[in-house]
Amino acid sequence: MTTEAAVHTDNHDHGHHDHPAWLAHHFDDAQQQFDAGKFGMWMFLVTEVLFFSGMFCAYVLFRNRNPEVFEYCSSFLNTKLGAINTGVLLFSSLTMAWAVRAAQLKQHTLLVGMLGATLGCAAVFLGVKAVEYTHKWELGLLPGKLYVAQVENAVHADHHYLRNVLIVPLIYTVIGLLYYLYSIVISSRLHRQIAGPVFVSGVCFFAGVLLGQYLESGDHGDHAAHASHSTSHGDEAGHDGAASSHSGTDVATANAATPPLTLVSDSSRLLNPDVFVSPVEQEIPRSDVNNQGMAGLFFSIYYCMTGVHAVHIIGGMVVIIWLIVKAARHEFHSQYFGPVDNVGLYWHLVDFIWIYLFPLLYLIT
Amino acid sequence: MSAVTSPITAPVTTEEKVEHHYLNHSSGFLSWALTLDHKRIGMMYLAGILFAFFLGGVFALAIRFHLWNPNKDPDLALFTNQTYNRIFTLHGAIMVFLFIIPSVPAALGNFLLPIMLGTKDVAFPRLNLSSFYLWVIGFIFFSFTLATSGIDTGWTFYTPYSIETTSSVTPATFGVFILGFSSIFTGLNFIVTINTMRPPGMTWFRMPLFLWAVYATSIIQVLATPVLGITVLLLAMERLIGIGIFDPALNGDPVTFQHFFWFYSHPAVYIMILPAMGIISELMSVHSHKGIFGYRMIAYSSIAIALFGFLVWGHHMFTAGMSDITTIVFSALTFTVSIPSAIKVFNWVGTMYQGTVAINTPMVYALSFLFLFTIGGLTGLFLGALSVDMHLHDTYFVVAHFHYVMMGGTLVAFVGGLFHWWPKMTGKMFNDAAGILSGVIVFIGFNLTFLPQFVLGTRGMPRRYASYVEEFQELHRLSTIGAATLGVGLLVAGIVLLHSLFYGKKAPKNPWGGATLEWECSSPPPHDNFSSPPSVGDPYDFSKIEYDGKSGGYVKK
Amino acid sequence: MNMSILADIQEGFWFPKAASSFADRVDFLYFAILWICVIFFVPIVAAMIYFTYKYRQRPGYRGSTEALHNNTIEVTWTVVPTLIVVWIFWEGAAGYLEMSRVPDDTLDINVYAQKWNWSFKYKENGGESNILYVPVNQNIKLIMQSKDVLHSFFVPAFRAKRDVVPGRYTYMWFRPTVEGVYDLFCTEYCGDSHSNMITKVHVVSEEKYKAQLAEMVKEPEDIIERGKWFYQRKACMSCHYAGEIGAKGPGPNYNGSWGKPVKLSDGTEVIFDEQYVLNSIRNPGSQKRAGYENASAMPAYSKSDLKDEQVDAIIAFIQSLKDAKP
Repeated sequence: MTTEAAVHTDNHDHGHHDHPAWLAHHFDDAQQQFDAGKFGMWMFLVTEVLFFSGMFCAYVLFRNRNPEVFEYCSSFLNTKLGAINTGVLLFSSLTMAWAVRAAQLKQHTLLVGMLGATLGCAAVFLGVKAVEYTHKWELGLLPGKLYVAQVENAVHADHHYLRNVLIVPLIYTVIGLLYYLYSIVISSRLHRQIAGPVFVSGVCFFAGVLLGQYLESGDHGDHAAHASHSTSHGDEAGHDGAASSHSGTDVATANAATPPLTLVSDSSRLLNPDVFVSPVEQEIPRSDVNNQGMAGLFFSIYYCMTGVHAVHIIGGMVVIIWLIVKAARHEFHSQYFGPVDNVGLYWHLVDFIWIYLFPLLYLIT
Repeated sequence: MSAVTSPITAPVTTEEKVEHHYLNHSSGFLSWALTLDHKRIGMMYLAGILFAFFLGGVFALAIRFHLWNPNKDPDLALFTNQTYNRIFTLHGAIMVFLFIIPSVPAALGNFLLPIMLGTKDVAFPRLNLSSFYLWVIGFIFFSFTLATSGIDTGWTFYTPYSIETTSSVTPATFGVFILGFSSIFTGLNFIVTINTMRPPGMTWFRMPLFLWAVYATSIIQVLATPVLGITVLLLAMERLIGIGIFDPALNGDPVTFQHFFWFYSHPAVYIMILPAMGIISELMSVHSHKGIFGYRMIAYSSIAIALFGFLVWGHHMFTAGMSDITTIVFSALTFTVSIPSAIKVFNWVGTMYQGTVAINTPMVYALSFLFLFTIGGLTGLFLGALSVDMHLHDTYFVVAHFHYVMMGGTLVAFVGGLFHWWPKMTGKMFNDAAGILSGVIVFIGFNLTFLPQFVLGTRGMPRRYASYVEEFQELHRLSTIGAATLGVGLLVAGIVLLHSLFYGKKAPKNPWGGATLEWECSSPPPHDNFSSPPSVGDPYDFSKIEYDGKSGGYVKK
Repeated sequence: MNMSILADIQEGFWFPKAASSFADRVDFLYFAILWICVIFFVPIVAAMIYFTYKYRQRPGYRGSTEALHNNTIEVTWTVVPTLIVVWIFWEGAAGYLEMSRVPDDTLDINVYAQKWNWSFKYKENGGESNILYVPVNQNIKLIMQSKDVLHSFFVPAFRAKRDVVPGRYTYMWFRPTVEGVYDLFCTEYCGDSHSNMITKVHVVSEEKYKAQLAEMVKEPEDIIERGKWFYQRKACMSCHYAGEIGAKGPGPNYNGSWGKPVKLSDGTEVIFDEQYVLNSIRNPGSQKRAGYENASAMPAYSKSDLKDEQVDAIIAFIQSLKDAKP
């Protein structure tokens, strides 16, 4: 990365005479500060990769042990939603890279726009994820010992998980909207540039939710086909349930009601421990072993991996909002764009991890 | 505050004007709490970890006094079994996570690294301060654990016991998680500082060996700690919602937990010992007034240990039922670590050859390190040999072995380093004779505590036992007497240091005759370390350093 | 390999009595390493002390300041230790393989580890015991499983150890060579009474072994005696004190409790009767006593673990302790 050696004169009026405000006192020059920041970011990314590697190892170990459980359970993940999220994240990586370039070229408005676009993509991702999660919770596809395979326990349609999950984003969006209106009232460019992306990202989240709802409901036939396909003793009941029609208006109930039937048919397999215990492993058949343990394990790994990834997305969103504030204040220029560059690196990594998660979890069959 | 000699204040005979240094650069609570100065952060760390060490030490004495009797009748024992289990768990957890891991890198390293390197500060001062506060938060989590129902899993948190016990494992795992991040940030900061901020002339092979050691340590901190983070996070999830990955009752696998845990915790052993080795390299050469023997070998062996350290975690699980081939491979890899460690010991002894060996407090600690660490290292051979390990695994032999390395090694080096750099950090000289006395008592007490434990272990005494078979009583009593002696020795050391703060003579710039950059700053160093970039030379070139009777220290001729 | 004669080593300073076929090999390697350590340690410390004295700082003396570096010496002290550790590794691994490869002609014994009790089941006649009985000079294979947490089976006299891992079988074998009684420890930390999870191994002659097995399957006729018999064999005694035997805690003791009211942790009170005992065995979490909230949980005993008539016998046993001093 080449930076101009000249010190910017328009940006320092305090501190040491040869240290502009954006250059920390203990660095000799802009180049050193940039190098240190970037190298630090790379080190941080290494720790992130290792952090995830623990879960990838757990995934490999348990999948290796029980490949058929993974294949079977994976069919309950909605490939279309996963694919859409992959696309959204890839696009956000593009906008992020563009933002870095805008920062270098002092294109402040474009920079805010690109960061806002990245923020919006992140929100869409989370919206889709919220639908995926809550849909699974309603079916009882929960991690570990919370996993429920019996149909009578499985339908949690009355739990309104999605509605509860939406409360926080709703507050976020309303605050964003109020802030935006405020910025218009006081006609401040700075506040408008910050409030706009925040509000839009809130709206994007709900757009993601709607998209998720639509696709999740339209996917049942496919879904069951997957499920029965993966089992050697495919059950007819699966197709029966899947074939049930769903009206456009009654999406939520159709959602909750149909898939459990496919579950019932296949849960008989889950209840039979012999299928899941490979003879090599010599597991002790125990009276107190939860027979759904294996399927629960898959969902444990699924929730841990995607959950920790989602936490990283949320963390990324917070940092991007911080960048937007700085960008709206026109702080970045060719000598000082390290923060945008480093957050960009982080964002690409988060994207990159998802690119691994998607095939490993969704595309097993 | 310059010495204005008005007729009234004349009796104040300070001829020289009051020096400006980092301690009086600014004052007030916030000037410390929000400081970005690596020296102040280092001092805050020092205070914190010494407090943690005190706590851990009290628990250690409690363990030893409990084991004075075999405790076959629980009514007559000092503690109940449950209390005993909590005490030894907290002893281990506090010593490992709150004391030893941050001890040398975060306290001494923070203070010394930028000065030794010749820079004004570490690369990310804010991150540095946040590491310290993360440490404090981790400490609070542990205190919370202590205040509630304690924790009784052993510091290793082995599942499934850690899943089903009713003690406060969850807050402890969060504490470990947070302390892990503190450690990662410190390591990251140091790596970046060394890589990008070396002043002109400071090439890699002009770095003092302490910095090489801290660099190697930082690599481990950055690469291994995240795995611990995810492991304890999964364990917390295991307890909170029962994800089942480590729980055999849900088809999980407890041995997987052990692999995850030791993938961090074995390299963590090197996080603990490598910086101590760095200290010893400095101490041996400075107090022998002689260049270090085989500089490059020591530097390379630090990196070699750091890398090999990642491949040997399985030796904690030789009896856990891994396949034969895995077990044998891990055993072979384990032995590879012994070679670089042996090289270092030989080099340190070689450094003294034909030198001018000063007998003072830091050197006494350094010599007892050599003695104790050699025992610690050599007894590792017993445990690496598979068939012998089948007998010694999880016995007191292991306890003695790792105390010889962790305590006889790291702690003794840490105290030696503390004495060595104390004049630099505080600007005060301590009473050397009393310091030497503390070193001797610690040495005797240490050996008395842990030598009997080798015999106990070989005779089959399992570790983590609240009561034991009568035949072991004499050896246990010997060990307890030793622990009390050790406590006294450390107490003396503490008193010597505290005493110096109030009554110590002013320290000269270079009291020991060191050639590294920190001895070119005044004691204590000024706020910005160096007003102009220092001229960097060979860190072990003692030929031009002469004793100067007037200042009581050494000067460069 | 006539190990049985060699193995008859008297108890020494370092080791307990060697009583298994691989003890000698372990001891040999141990002492070999010990001597190697001495050979390294003594010169290092001697050099250290000698240099400290000879080159001590004193008036009128000034040593060299130049850093030394000597390739020959450095290579030597790298290569020699390397060769030595290669030998140690080799010998250790060979000894380990002998321990881990179970021979074909073994006498199989099932081992059940449970907090804080060892239980051994013999294939010959289904007998069960808490003390391990093995015939001398026969290959014994242990098939081990844990009912709760990690444990580790360790007999110092045999120099043999193996973790017992819940959810999978682990195996170990040994050939006891000297008759006698030896300590058997749990060496993997397993909770409150980890240090009480010790028992004995009786290495006996073939005839005595057969006699022991026959003895084991004889349940006492008297119901109270039978209750006590189960109390000792079903791991009750590792947490509950009864009469004058068993561990004092972490569970409540049996003495003098029958028929008295029991305060529960939810504030209610029940009478210590048949129903309460049955509940406490089948579903221990349901009626937890006040004051025991933080004690380690008692495991649930299903009907296959403890039959109803066995519970009846235990009830009779507890009832018999109605007036015993707590």
